[in-house]
Amino acid sequence: MNKKKLWLSGPYLFWAVCFIIIPLCMVIYYGITDKTGAFTLENVLSVSTPEHMKALGLSLLLSLISTILCLIFAYPLASILAGMNKNQHSFIVLIFILPMWMNFLLRTLAWQTLLEKTGVINNILTFFHLPSLEIINTPYAIVLGMVYNFLPFMVLPIYNALCKIDKNVINAARDLGANGIQTFFRIILPLSLPGVISGISMVFIPALTTFVISNILGGGKILLIGNVIEQEFTQASNWHVGSGLSLVLMVFILISMVVSAILDKDGEGSL
Amino acid sequence: MSTKLIDLQHISKSYGDNLILDDMNLYIRENEFLTLLGPSGCGKTTTLRIIGGFEKADRGIVCFDGQDISHLPPNKRQLNTVFQKYALFTHMTIAQNIAFGLKIKGKSKAYIDDKIKYALKLVNLDGYENRTPDSLSGGQQQRIAIARAIVNEPKVLLLDEPLGALDLKLRQDMQYELIRLKNELGITFIYVTHDQEEALTMSDTVVVMNQGYIQQIGTPEDIYNEPENAFVADFIGDSNIIDAIMVQDELVEILGTRFACVDIDFGTNTPVDVVIRPEDIELVAPEKGTIEGVVTHLIFKGVHYEMEVLANGFEWLVHSTILVPVGTKVGIHVDPFNIQIMNKPESEDEEVAVFDE
Repeated sequence: MNKKKLWLSGPYLFWAVCFIIIPLCMVIYYGITDKTGAFTLENVLSVSTPEHMKALGLSLLLSLISTILCLIFAYPLASILAGMNKNQHSFIVLIFILPMWMNFLLRTLAWQTLLEKTGVINNILTFFHLPSLEIINTPYAIVLGMVYNFLPFMVLPIYNALCKIDKNVINAARDLGANGIQTFFRIILPLSLPGVISGISMVFIPALTTFVISNILGGGKILLIGNVIEQEFTQASNWHVGSGLSLVLMVFILISMVVSAILDKDGEGSL
Repeated sequence: MSTKLIDLQHISKSYGDNLILDDMNLYIRENEFLTLLGPSGCGKTTTLRIIGGFEKADRGIVCFDGQDISHLPPNKRQLNTVFQKYALFTHMTIAQNIAFGLKIKGKSKAYIDDKIKYALKLVNLDGYENRTPDSLSGGQQQRIAIARAIVNEPKVLLLDEPLGALDLKLRQDMQYELIRLKNELGITFIYVTHDQEEALTMSDTVVVMNQGYIQQIGTPEDIYNEPENAFVADFIGDSNIIDAIMVQDELVEILGTRFACVDIDFGTNTPVDVVIRPEDIELVAPEKGTIEGVVTHLIFKGVHYEMEVLANGFEWLVHSTILVPVGTKVGIHVDPFNIQIMNKPESEDEEVAVFDE
């Protein structure tokens, strides 16, 4: 790096130190100390208590299901978008990204209103004498919220990866005798894999750590690991256990980042 | 050599309002090296893509070995394509790239391994099996693309400007390589290029195209020596294209001066275009030439000098190995058989193309 240009990164460096490095160090400090300031692993190990294990397990399960659902919705959508000509697809991409500009909290609250026992959806169902939908405050509602909020993060990297594939590479596979299905599995899918990997980590990590979606759509009854950590900080005022559990969660995040870095060596899937 | 292996009949194709090909008829004989030559947008690549099955013609049929294949997808056609930018599979090794077509066809592993070895040897890249496409140079990638196509033993190989991205020296080497490959394999090549030198060097038959119409089909010699219209004359090599009047058989009036020529059957006093290649113009002593002029420009081009001679109000382009300094008075002499008479263009596509450069 050119030394003369180094000062340009000054503002960001200042930002990073103040709001990323220092807080991170504090989380680590709180995570491995008790209230007297003495070293302990108790906070970290508290994850093994049944209620914490249950929250962590449920978090992993729901974020895994959400990631798979996002993938199932996103891949066909992305490949339709990538197959369109420029004028058509930029409009559809715009429509698709539009909700992302709306605040995340607002969108989740909107789902709460829609799904409520006397909410919009149930009013409509009742009007047509159909059985009402009772998924608010259940894990189904949380998964719905996760998929709704994180779907764009799956579509865009896959769409990018698919757009990068040279049409002639696909033509070449056809030319060499591959039918449509063979071309997809041997050429298109492997070449779009970096986008898939990047999409998976961009959905899985935020889904794993969310506490807002589960708060709003789970009615506070369903605890994910994010909720447990939040409660330790806000209600129990026990920063030590909260930090300890955060460290455990960080390990899972690091694992998924390392896995995606290994699978996507060239960084092709990154946005 | 007389059987029609591929026969295009009344092919038309347009994109929206843009007419790319209009009622094109062309056949390709077995074992022929045929080149589709023309400026960009002339329809040559579209023609190739229609033969390959990547585009469907709006009208007309494609026959292969006497059978209509117009509706077959590319994977059902007995031909293979070498694409413009190679289109190698970057997530596979070289060996996997070459094996792709054979694996799809379910060939045995031993057969495939043999074929990979054979193909790599053929393109002079033995030992590259486990490399990845990204680690090869453009020329090497091009050879792999060719190897990947020919292991399938196609009856016809389609090549879409395969040398376009290579530098001059490599391009020339690859031209010889392609001729050698064609002779060794004995398959039909259909080659698309906008490079007239490439077309003349390699082809048995050159098809010159412009604006969706075939301008001339012939051997490289025919195309160069006897262009049928101003477009072909101008596109193939340098030329002097001059308005003239065919006074009678074997006599043409160019810029007010009468020249003897060898062409007949143009009628009397017919307006025509004449083509005179710059290397066919002899600069002689002023009194010995048919017309007199003055050298106005001189450029050294390596093999020859390129000169412009102003005579009868026209700048004559002259190539000569003998230097004549600027300002010298010279006579222009052209042998009768070096004057090529052409009918005036009947439509826009036959006219000299104007390129924005």
